[in-house]
Amino acid sequence: MAEFFALSLHFPPWLAYLLAGLIHCALIVGLVAAGALFFIWAERKVSGRIQDRLGPTRTGGKFGWLQSLADGIKLLNKEDVAPGEADVVLFRLAPYVSFAASYAAFLALPFANGWVCQHVHTGIFFILAILSLEVFGVILAGYSSGSKWSLFGAMREAAQVVSYEVPLKLCVIVPVLLCGSLDLVTIGNMQGGWFTNWLIFHDPFTFIAFWVYFTCSVASVNRAPFDLAEAESELVAGFHTEYSGLRWSFFFMAEYGSMFLVSGLAAILLLGGWHGPIPLFDLLGWSYAEGETAFRLTGYLANLAGCVNLIFKGVVGVTVMIWVRWTLPRLRIDQVMTTCLKYCVPLGAFCFVGVLVWQLLGVPGLNDLAPVTASGPGGVRESWVYRAEGAVRPAVEGESAAVVRPVAEKVEG
Amino acid sequence: MMLAAIDWQATFFWLFALLSCGFALGVLLSPNIVRMAFYLILSLGSVAGLFFLAGAEFLGAMQLMLYVGGTLVLLVFGVMLTARSDSIRMKTSGGEWILAMFIGGGLFLLLLQTLPIQAWCQAPEHTLAADPRTTAEIGLALAGVRLDGRSGYLLPFVIVSMHLLVVLVGAAYLARTKRLAGKEPRD
Repeated sequence: MAEFFALSLHFPPWLAYLLAGLIHCALIVGLVAAGALFFIWAERKVSGRIQDRLGPTRTGGKFGWLQSLADGIKLLNKEDVAPGEADVVLFRLAPYVSFAASYAAFLALPFANGWVCQHVHTGIFFILAILSLEVFGVILAGYSSGSKWSLFGAMREAAQVVSYEVPLKLCVIVPVLLCGSLDLVTIGNMQGGWFTNWLIFHDPFTFIAFWVYFTCSVASVNRAPFDLAEAESELVAGFHTEYSGLRWSFFFMAEYGSMFLVSGLAAILLLGGWHGPIPLFDLLGWSYAEGETAFRLTGYLANLAGCVNLIFKGVVGVTVMIWVRWTLPRLRIDQVMTTCLKYCVPLGAFCFVGVLVWQLLGVPGLNDLAPVTASGPGGVRESWVYRAEGAVRPAVEGESAAVVRPVAEKVEG
Repeated sequence: MMLAAIDWQATFFWLFALLSCGFALGVLLSPNIVRMAFYLILSLGSVAGLFFLAGAEFLGAMQLMLYVGGTLVLLVFGVMLTARSDSIRMKTSGGEWILAMFIGGGLFLLLLQTLPIQAWCQAPEHTLAADPRTTAEIGLALAGVRLDGRSGYLLPFVIVSMHLLVVLVGAAYLARTKRLAGKEPRD
């Protein structure tokens, strides 16, 4: 976008970069904030349906959508207090740390082919690194509140997040291994074509890995049934007991932001990214090839549809998280640890080894079973193919060299 | 345009460098151990920013993940588990200051000897890696293969992994004996 401003509109470079940066920032802030408003509304609606609650009844609007706005106005009017025991500087900073971490991770999240704020070539690694900072806001909040409830909440959160990072990353490695790239744009593009090409349907191990990933991501964003850091029945409100007003709402923006982020990540890694189940735009020949940057209206439309696709998948993920929250009871802390260490970690490792063996043996995936002639016009069936043909891939990708073989076979077939 | 004349690469280099040094000083001067940890995060985060600026994306993300996300969370976690109010506030005595200055100054002088001052007083002229897709090369180098024909890092890699394994086993052993010892009186 900076190039567009600089070259087409003849802005000076600094202005072009500044404008491009501002637009990207505004888009993400808008997405996170509007997303939070929408998800809070959805949370109320879903919980109302599932648990037969009445919920707030006095705010109007179709389906009560004004309730989120009413919540926002209420929060704005609340007094911003810090307890006397608190470490005031850290107490005031902690919500921003949480929010900034959740927000910064969106920088590297692609929304469609090439639609990403900052194309980081180690995107998935970057996002995971940034997300692991979010827990720090929670810990700081818990410590600096000077309250026992908060401290307990923060300690549980730290223990939980640090343990769940292990199986989460084990599951993330699986698609990275299959694609031979840490680049989220590449991983997304590799899953183009029919839905059988989505990595979740690649083999049974990726299918298991998806569910393990989803469980761990629910735990890592601190949602029920893993919401021990804010267990209302035991710890009042856990780490944010002492917060009020906008500072409190920053924690929630961060929480809903990262819920959407991990769902979007799941979509990109295993659920086909911005590709719909039917490769409509590929069949029409509209979509951009990987690395193509020149502006085309058709390509733009294809990307727009891809963006909608990805956001839809993310929203579905968040909705499932909300559904889980209102149906499952909270686990005890020892049960949380058991789930992580005795179930998720071995399952993650099992999937990792399984995918490795699957690739080494060259077992055909679900997608390879479909006859090649079933592909659409123009041979758009797999982006795998043009990648292999284009020979963009460096011949050596460390452990993932095993991937090259099935791809080559596919080309011959 | 005034702004057009500014070398942005150098500006951001100095910005991140100042931030990282400033917060490092904050770590030194703050008496509160949790605030120290917080300043340390910001300092290490700025170093990650320097890596990103130099085009070393992998290294930057690694810095964030290992130091900021991993080590410091564990550090603060440990502080919260063990801290009493007297150990949260740390008073550094004069003798400790002198000793620390001596060791730190010695290291600093050693670094000054090895690095040419000219090289790091100037901001880097251009990014280190034109192509930031260095992951494969790094992985191969760790497995002992380097594209430029020099020897890789297989031996250090294996040594470090053995070291980590020993640390893990040791930690598990320590944690376990403590728990067993704690149980005995109750039986």
